[in-house]
Amino acid sequence: MTEYTQPRLMQGNEACVEGALAAGLNFFAGYPITPSTEIAESLAGRLPKAGGVFMQMEDEIASISAVIGASLTGAKAMTATSGPGFSLMQEGLGYGVMAEVPCVLVNVQRLGPSTGIATAPAQGDVMQSRWGTHGDHPVIVITPSSVAEVYTLTVQAFNLAERYRTPVILLMDEVVAHMRESVVLPEPGQLQIVNRPRPETPPGVYNPAEHAGRPVRPMACFGDGYRVHVTGLAHDATGFATSRPEVVNVEMTRLNEKIPATAGEIIPPEKICCDDADIVLTAFGGTARAAMRAMRLARRDGLKVGLLRPVVLWPVPERAIAGLAAAGKRFLVVEMNFGQYGREIERVAAGRAAVYGLYRVSGELITPAEILGRIREVA
Amino acid sequence: MTDFFMPYNTAAALNAGNDLCGVNNPPETKEIRLSGSGGQGLILAGIILAEAGIREGKKAVQTQSYGPEARGGASKAEVILSDGPVDYPKVEYAGILLVMNQESCRKYMPLLKEGGVAIVDTTYVQDIPPVKGRVYALPISLLARQKTGRELVANIVALGVLAGITGLVGRESLERAVIARIPPGTEELNRKALDAGYQAAEQLLTQERTAVQ
Repeated sequence: MTEYTQPRLMQGNEACVEGALAAGLNFFAGYPITPSTEIAESLAGRLPKAGGVFMQMEDEIASISAVIGASLTGAKAMTATSGPGFSLMQEGLGYGVMAEVPCVLVNVQRLGPSTGIATAPAQGDVMQSRWGTHGDHPVIVITPSSVAEVYTLTVQAFNLAERYRTPVILLMDEVVAHMRESVVLPEPGQLQIVNRPRPETPPGVYNPAEHAGRPVRPMACFGDGYRVHVTGLAHDATGFATSRPEVVNVEMTRLNEKIPATAGEIIPPEKICCDDADIVLTAFGGTARAAMRAMRLARRDGLKVGLLRPVVLWPVPERAIAGLAAAGKRFLVVEMNFGQYGREIERVAAGRAAVYGLYRVSGELITPAEILGRIREVA
Repeated sequence: MTDFFMPYNTAAALNAGNDLCGVNNPPETKEIRLSGSGGQGLILAGIILAEAGIREGKKAVQTQSYGPEARGGASKAEVILSDGPVDYPKVEYAGILLVMNQESCRKYMPLLKEGGVAIVDTTYVQDIPPVKGRVYALPISLLARQKTGRELVANIVALGVLAGITGLVGRESLERAVIARIPPGTEELNRKALDAGYQAAEQLLTQERTAVQ
């Protein structure tokens, strides 16, 4: 099909839609908000034709709730929003984590807090995506830097959600979401699609407590004939609420450890020209594209600069960062916030390497010239 | 079967055929900025230009910035056409600049690359500052009204002017890219607009040649 073999111009948000459909999305609920609107707009037309359900909800609280409900019936469900809506979704996100419901939340970051600037890029939701919902909880947050990667990472977001039975956050920024690039998409048949673990025994025989020892338990869906209990209360392996400390402790430990710390390396961070580098630019999302140019400009001037681009932001890809720190590299973290991820780099570097920052929140993408200037300051 | 956990490798995508650190052989790249006010169709023009470039085998990136308004406010679209992968997606100094209102003229004319080409819609721009490139001034929006009866297609007229003067993309690619993006039933209107743009460009180039002689 020419659709897949010919390069075509595609927007980041459109690539998210294509990736979601390729991953098997069949339920979307959302409330449109710039700069994520194109995702809802496009799915409103596409999803019903593909046999799925599109629901425009009254707000973002209802959106995330509908997504969780749909997933509990076995659907592959997604919502898309931006900062103000992402704030409203935090309670529902926590429910999804606690009840172990696979789903994908797309947050296209814009300048905040509050209404901020609707059409301007920022990367200020890095910490909110990690700790926005209350209580200790595991999380997977992945962040693309190109339109082609929006496609592949959307597929992977669904796969990770299904594999670990957890909400996964696809954290984009306005630059990547609104940017259009010429892309050649892989044909859907080339992608591996992961589906959630299902009970191996039929209804009536199935006993969820038998799977208590597994980090990720089979998921019986509403409508499959199984007796299912779902709650946001602390619960035991049967799904029923409990406040017995010894059970709660075991269950909460399992919940928090089911996504291993090494998951940050499941999709390895990209390391470019780091081997001989003195300074490793560290950037993600749209900012990584500016850092890439800055790295090349610096190299042309004879400065030994490399680039580390985390793809999974949470869990932090600690092995890669620690490896570079141990090798005596210095980090220059570039992000459109005031150092949210820079502090994670500092934490992992743990004093073994100097960590500098170029942090700016102005509603514009940081430029290669600015980065080059900062490289010269610290070189 | 592609391994699910195989990372999408930007480095590989960006550097196909180049050395990884990008020290040698930066690809041949054209940077275009289309600027004016919201509602003038500049983002659509940027998309069309990018798609015309893709038809000619170029790599294309298109970005934009605009305010919250549906009409009015500042709007700009940027297009990068390259023989190789594009790293930074935004334009700092444009080699080709279109300005369609006074505000964008004031803001972006100083960011024209030395030796670049600026095309100015004098329907809405009265005051053109001196620049280190060539300036082609003509009433694009007025032309759209006169030649097609609809100012709505000023963006397509502008594309005709831009491609006619710079040769950035071929006429056939551009026309096919226009037709692929416009609402069905408006093909004639848009062909007329594109033609008006090419004719105006031809006139400007003829005047320039005469002036040089």
